[in-house]
Amino acid sequence: MAADSRSNDCSGTFALANLLANIFGSSPVMPLEKHVDIAYRCTRELIAFFEAAIADDWDTVTEIRGRIEVLENEADDLKKEIRMHLPKSLFMPVPREDLLELLLVQDKMANRAKDVSGLVLGRKMRIPPTIAVKFLEFLRRCIDAAKQARRSVRELDELFTTGFRGAEVSLVASMIEELDRIETDTDALQAEVRALVFAIEDTLPPVNVMFLYRIIELTGEIADMAERVGRRLELLLSH
Amino acid sequence: MEAEIVYIGLAVLFGIFMAWGIGANDVANAMATSVGSRALTIKQAILVAAVFEFLGAVLAGGAVTSTIRQGIVDANLVGDQPELLIYGMLASLLAAGTWLLIASRQGWPVSTTHSIIGAIVGFAAIGIGIDAVQWGQVGTIAMSWVISPLVAGFIAYLIYSSVQWLILRHPDPLARAKRYVPFYMFLAAFTITLVTLIKGLRYVGLEFTLLQSYLLAFAIGLLIAIIGGIAIQRIQPDRKMDKKQHFHTVERVFGVLMIITACSMAFAHGSNDVANAIGPLAAVIAVAQTGQVGSQAAVPVWVLVLGGLGIVIGLATFGRHVIATVGERITQLTPSRGFAAELAAASTIVIASGTGLPISTTHTLVGAVLGVGMARGIEAIDLRVVGRIFTSWIVTLPAGAILSIVFFLVFKAVLP
Repeated sequence: MAADSRSNDCSGTFALANLLANIFGSSPVMPLEKHVDIAYRCTRELIAFFEAAIADDWDTVTEIRGRIEVLENEADDLKKEIRMHLPKSLFMPVPREDLLELLLVQDKMANRAKDVSGLVLGRKMRIPPTIAVKFLEFLRRCIDAAKQARRSVRELDELFTTGFRGAEVSLVASMIEELDRIETDTDALQAEVRALVFAIEDTLPPVNVMFLYRIIELTGEIADMAERVGRRLELLLSH
Repeated sequence: MEAEIVYIGLAVLFGIFMAWGIGANDVANAMATSVGSRALTIKQAILVAAVFEFLGAVLAGGAVTSTIRQGIVDANLVGDQPELLIYGMLASLLAAGTWLLIASRQGWPVSTTHSIIGAIVGFAAIGIGIDAVQWGQVGTIAMSWVISPLVAGFIAYLIYSSVQWLILRHPDPLARAKRYVPFYMFLAAFTITLVTLIKGLRYVGLEFTLLQSYLLAFAIGLLIAIIGGIAIQRIQPDRKMDKKQHFHTVERVFGVLMIITACSMAFAHGSNDVANAIGPLAAVIAVAQTGQVGSQAAVPVWVLVLGGLGIVIGLATFGRHVIATVGERITQLTPSRGFAAELAAASTIVIASGTGLPISTTHTLVGAVLGVGMARGIEAIDLRVVGRIFTSWIVTLPAGAILSIVFFLVFKAVLP
């Protein structure tokens, strides 16, 4: 009957009253919503990041890279904290594993933003002017996907309130459909950007070309991860 | 004659101490949900709790008090030595109070009810004789400890499921909440009033026929529903907050309902838990005044009033702090969920009180919260803690018993 640390943190004499308070595990819902918000804001920095990179303004690029790192770390810390507060003894309306998976793919959105920005800054990569416009369009659409993922995850608390049934479920389902549409757009745009790179790849140093493809790929993965956030949410809806 | 005054004086002292402890600690469970969900401010919560705990104790506390006073110890076996019963009841009060103090300091989840019953059974079985315990009655009480959380859980499940079906799962939850919430208000007021009228009031000398009781309960239910309904209609949607959280305004409607269920919960708590403090006191008074055990005289109303006052003082002195702390930590109980848990628990507790069964109000409330969780209404419940709460009475019963045996032997040696 040893009391755990949480039942002791209130002034000793009145621990009795915490009986009721203690049976509530810390709810993962609001932290999950907060996490997806941080992850989205992390990816969003990429727009200004690439605009600066294209404009050859490396001071700004470095500064934004710093912001991306801070946000990515923040997301990481929150991820660890959420995991720590989801013990196996928790009784929840949805499987704990599904929530952890959701958390993982949310986190990967931020990870990709960090990877791609690290690559660009590390190699001081220039995006060739001929593909810059198309690339930015592609990037923006990928960030749209992350934003839509954030919108969908922000419905989690409402989903819990309704017990994952009824009008709220249809609402979230339609949000996920929209997310899928955005992701399809990014696939098409990605193909177009690659075609543009292919057209000029003979004029560029081969190593640069290789990394250019790599950057396009990583950027596209932000949208892929956003789509997987949608898939995970869908799984929750089907319970 | 002088010995009697000492006995009664001690019993009053210990009884008030217990009542104070109940008011300081347990009441928070009834009120914190309302404060946590901002349905009431702390000041309002304390006022509501004070009024309804007191009313519950005085109007409906008689049956349980009577059970604790004379339902557990077989009076016939102590007939020639009435002072044994006095020592025992004093020892029980002191034992339960001491155990609660120790346990709360250690952060162990214990129930007032289990402590006092364990204590009474302990002194009777060892101090007087195994046969002095009315084991049949004790068995019934123990059964009720298992059943009451289950019943409350089941009712809470039904209530919260109905809220989801009728209101939350529709595209226009606000309009539907305004339409259906008055029915829940009626249900709450009707149930509590009816059980009190049928089962509780005869202990304060008021008696209604069954038909009168139904009519009166219906009228009070209707009145509450109408007043609450008017309050609800005046709630305007807050579009900015609703965009962030679709159920923001809907929850405010449930917030009004929660004021009513909080009153019910405070009333129910008073009706059941006051007996833990004043049941033994009533026994001491009856024996000391008549000089014999087993008198069938009713529990004096002034004793119920004393218990009610003790709870209110506990509430006023320390309750504020506890309500604030607990309220902060149970934010998962939004008004729509909290009301379901409170209504289910309050109904179960009031019915138990009417039947004279001393149940643990906290366990019942925990059962009700689990019921809401079963209806997929709670985001996360820590089953380890729940398990600890429900198994704690395995420790609490012998602990209360051992302490009361020790105190009993001391009193027997020391008191005249």
